[in-house]
Amino acid sequence: MFSVLLNNNSFEVESNCTLSQIIDIAGFAEQTIAVAINGEFVPKSAYTNTALQVADQIDIVKPIGGG
Amino acid sequence: MNSNASKDDLLTLYDEQFSSRFLLGTALYRSPVEMCDAIKASGSEFITLSLRRQNPQQNDGDAFWQMIKETGCKLLPNTAGCRSAKEAINLAEMSRELFSTPWIKLEVIGDDYNLQPDPFELVIAATELIKRGFKVLPYCTDDLVLCLRLQDAGCQALMPWGAPIGTGQGLLNKYHLNSLRERISDIPLIIDAGIGSPSQAAAALEMGYDAVLLNTAVAKADNPVLMARAFSQAITAGRNGYLAGLMQRRQTASPSTPVLGQPFWQQHQGSNQ
Repeated sequence: MFSVLLNNNSFEVESNCTLSQIIDIAGFAEQTIAVAINGEFVPKSAYTNTALQVADQIDIVKPIGGG
Repeated sequence: MNSNASKDDLLTLYDEQFSSRFLLGTALYRSPVEMCDAIKASGSEFITLSLRRQNPQQNDGDAFWQMIKETGCKLLPNTAGCRSAKEAINLAEMSRELFSTPWIKLEVIGDDYNLQPDPFELVIAATELIKRGFKVLPYCTDDLVLCLRLQDAGCQALMPWGAPIGTGQGLLNKYHLNSLRERISDIPLIIDAGIGSPSQAAAALEMGYDAVLLNTAVAKADNPVLMARAFSQAITAGRNGYLAGLMQRRQTASPSTPVLGQPFWQQHQGSNQ
């Protein structure tokens, strides 16, 4: 087990956890989202193959009004 | 110029044409329904939106997204809040994937007090995003050299501010804005930010600016739907005024009614007798 930050909240994950899995665990599955890890965009096609690392900072964003 | 000039007078941005010269934001409305009604009243075809962290239990993002899609408008995601080229580039990539669009309103903020764009990071980000195939509309200051650099980077339209975001102070530096329009005449210029009233939008179009992008002035009006319509009419009026050709300003009065044949006038009155 190790910790990552997801939208600035701490999450404990299994050592072989993938990005796809934490998206499910955090409740974002089936939602309209885009993702970055440590400030770098991660395309949807890479979710299942992206293994999380210790202290990764994950940003999951959704549409919102903007000017 | 014919009387229906506005019907045939299209705005071209990156080889795409728009009949409306009014780009509208989707933030700050009192309700999503009010937002949609205002968008409809504005006649806008191009609306801005953004991405933010949200709690997965909140369905606001998905509900908002569904309503936005139903407007049928073209989407212009922004990079609001980004403070470096790296942040803006990555948020642009996230927006391109989520919204399925190459359009990006590029914002890189350099100062928290007046939300002034960071010119150095902006050029870096614009250069990279153009290389990656984005259609970049950079939110920039009215600095001529910065705008020339952004054009050199490949931007096919620029969006200088009228005044800082959300201030409603209108076109604060008309000298700079006039200079920009005179020097950069080959690509569209859009006034983005600072517009507070329909008359200010009309003034921008009368100066030769191609379009206006705003949000707060409509969303925070007592009646956003009526204000959206007012801005639409003002933008059309300003554009038509520009196309029609404004008269030259003069320092001295010049009578519009013919002097010849003036009644009650006698020869001796003109000779100080």
